[in-house]
Amino acid sequence: MLEINNLVKRYGHNEAVLKGLDLKVEGNCVVSIVGASGAGKSTMLRCINRLVEPTSGSIKLNGTELVNLKGAELRHARRKIGMVFQGFNLLDRLTVMENVLAGRLGYVNLYQAISRRYPQADIERAFVLMERVGIAHYANKRADALSGGERQRVGVVRALMQEPEVLLADEPTASLDPRTSEQIMMLLQSLASELALPVLINIHNVAQAKTYTERIVGLRHGKMIFDGVPSDFNKDALDAIYGGIEAPDDSITEPPNTSAEVARHDSA
Amino acid sequence: MTPPDTQSSLPRTWKKPPFIANPLLRYGLLILAVAYLVWAFGSLPFNWARISEGLPRAARIFSGGFPPSFERFGLLLTGFKESFQIAILATLLGVLLSIPFAVMAARNIAPLPIYLIGRAVIIISRSFHPVIVAILFVAAVGFGPLAGILTLTLYSIGFVGKLLAEEIEEIDWGQVEAMRAAGAGYLATLFYAVFPQILPRQVGLSMYQLDSNLRASAVVGIVGAGGIGGTLMNAFGRYDYDFAFAILLIIIAVILLSEGISGWVRKKIW
Amino acid sequence: MVDHAQQLADRVWQRYDRKARLLRYAVLLATLMLVFWAVRDIDIFWPWVWDAPNQISGLGARMWPPSPAGLNNIFNALLETVHIATLATFLTIFLALPVAYIAAQNTTPNRAYLWLGRFILVASRSVNTIIWALLFVAIFGPGVLAGILAIVFRSIGFIGKLMGEAIEEIDRKPVEAMEATGASKAKVIAYAIVPQVMPAFFAIIILRWDINIRESTVLGLVGAGGIGVILQGAIDTFAWPTVATILIAIIVLVLIGEAITSLLRSKVL
Repeated sequence: MLEINNLVKRYGHNEAVLKGLDLKVEGNCVVSIVGASGAGKSTMLRCINRLVEPTSGSIKLNGTELVNLKGAELRHARRKIGMVFQGFNLLDRLTVMENVLAGRLGYVNLYQAISRRYPQADIERAFVLMERVGIAHYANKRADALSGGERQRVGVVRALMQEPEVLLADEPTASLDPRTSEQIMMLLQSLASELALPVLINIHNVAQAKTYTERIVGLRHGKMIFDGVPSDFNKDALDAIYGGIEAPDDSITEPPNTSAEVARHDSA
Repeated sequence: MTPPDTQSSLPRTWKKPPFIANPLLRYGLLILAVAYLVWAFGSLPFNWARISEGLPRAARIFSGGFPPSFERFGLLLTGFKESFQIAILATLLGVLLSIPFAVMAARNIAPLPIYLIGRAVIIISRSFHPVIVAILFVAAVGFGPLAGILTLTLYSIGFVGKLLAEEIEEIDWGQVEAMRAAGAGYLATLFYAVFPQILPRQVGLSMYQLDSNLRASAVVGIVGAGGIGGTLMNAFGRYDYDFAFAILLIIIAVILLSEGISGWVRKKIW
Repeated sequence: MVDHAQQLADRVWQRYDRKARLLRYAVLLATLMLVFWAVRDIDIFWPWVWDAPNQISGLGARMWPPSPAGLNNIFNALLETVHIATLATFLTIFLALPVAYIAAQNTTPNRAYLWLGRFILVASRSVNTIIWALLFVAIFGPGVLAGILAIVFRSIGFIGKLMGEAIEEIDRKPVEAMEATGASKAKVIAYAIVPQVMPAFFAIIILRWDINIRESTVLGLVGAGGIGVILQGAIDTFAWPTVATILIAIIVLVLIGEAITSLLRSKVL
């Protein structure tokens, strides 16, 4: 069970990105988080595994408080939180198998990691999961030789290798073409039920959110303004979330580089 | 979803594919590399008796060198002034002379025999470290800044000439054809269609070369070609380590300053 | 019609606007003054300058024809030069990588290490190889060890700086992904950083090896081993035909070095 209470995130002295968020996810439920760009979806997800440091509030995963963990404790907690990224975030120059096994980095020791001598059980699990998503025959191919949909499958398998207790997906389909993105959404949905895993999906595409998830959370300006089942997600809810910002229903996909990312790259 | 029995057909082991697929080549290269290291270390003449005296000597040199002494500031200043002058004059001469050599060494505008001569000059002047050129010029024209200027001029011709020749080979050929169509002769074409295209690059290169000549002018003096290098060499030779370290510090400071200025100017121009 | 003609007549063609032109003239004037000062002030005995072409062609004539005597010696010295360059490049790798690691903004443990790393890089790069050699000859005596150390100390700055920049330019995304799996810092480096900088690493090492071959040819002039030792010896004894042979040998060595580097580049990268 994931429980978020009064989560606040503020970058520097700017206006807070998250303004006291509460969210409770129980069981193997697929939750989609919708909202315009800059609504705080991505920040919220990254606060859960502490890629972004929350300013205040509490995040509990199966009873463990995550917000003030440090060092090895934080790394141990992160092992239980799988994450799938918008840009796949693969190790491009390594093989698919190495990418998948990288999901075990939190479990193996440094020698095993560097020499690629992973435990037999990990390798078997990797083959089973890769077979499940249809990429087992690519095991020794370089990750950058794969197509977008295949790369995202590698990303999903890597996250599942962690034996996570919750799966976070940050715009997992935004860099993919419409057909492939449907496939990935379907995959996430079925994996959630197979593995009895709660999944949080940040998503821009409201139609997909309604089709593939059981619960929709709407964010606007860092506040939750909708929480309910897809059938309750009507025109009013849509207007409340996106009103005056952009037309969401047409935006099936968006270009892989959002302006925020480009800006961050420039300043780096 | 997946029936359990298909899982047994899956491979159960995995090994990282090696960097070099052919095992013979892989181990052959490894053995070759190790053998080379052993041979190279074994064949080099190390004078271990002399080397073992190194640490006490190092202690003596560093204790003699600290604190660096700026007492003979006048001598230091004279040396640096000469290094500057060598660098400035060599850059000017080198950058000017590099233009004809670059034209000669550009395949698209020079006839083949001329091209070969131009390339040869550039290759030869790039093959020799400036210090070797300096020692030859010192032998030919005697000790002093003249040898330094000649050395760095040749050095600049090699470096600027090569890059400039590559630049000329990549120019927009349409402009040359336009000038020829207008009835312009060889020189007129050169001046109107070729030089304007390479000029911005040439200005940037000159700044870079001035910086690089200033660095080199500090070392050509070690073999007697004038400038601060000679002063440094003398200080080392007379075991004046405190003065030598003072010179070194100033050299580092000047090089950092010059690198900063040259980088700033090039950024402004480009 | 008349107005139009008048307008045409008033139009003057100018290549640069006023401010840019003034700046150009100012820079030109300053350069001219600097050159004038340098020419007037420099300590050169001008009659020698006019005589220089004679002297240089005279030296050239004395060198011709190159003497084949002592070719065996020259070959051995060339081999020693290559050994110095190769061993020094090899040793530098172990010293430069840790420095690159602490001098890169995104991997450095803290600011103190960052500045220590930068200081090492600047100090190494600002002192020329031959000056390093001078120092090491004074410490360890004449010989190849001084030469190897000189090349190592100069190469640390070069390789360290370029590797540091390569580390700073990596894609952050795989790093983020590895952190999200709960990997420790060492594992993040091994998986997300090392593979990304590998191509740059090979390119930089090959480039520096090529440069080090050239640099090793002069070490002997201050007694630090290699072909420079016998070059200095031949010049001191006015054995000009031998000098010519050595110079040709150096050109051949440098060209072979360039051929090997371009071969390696096409094979490895």
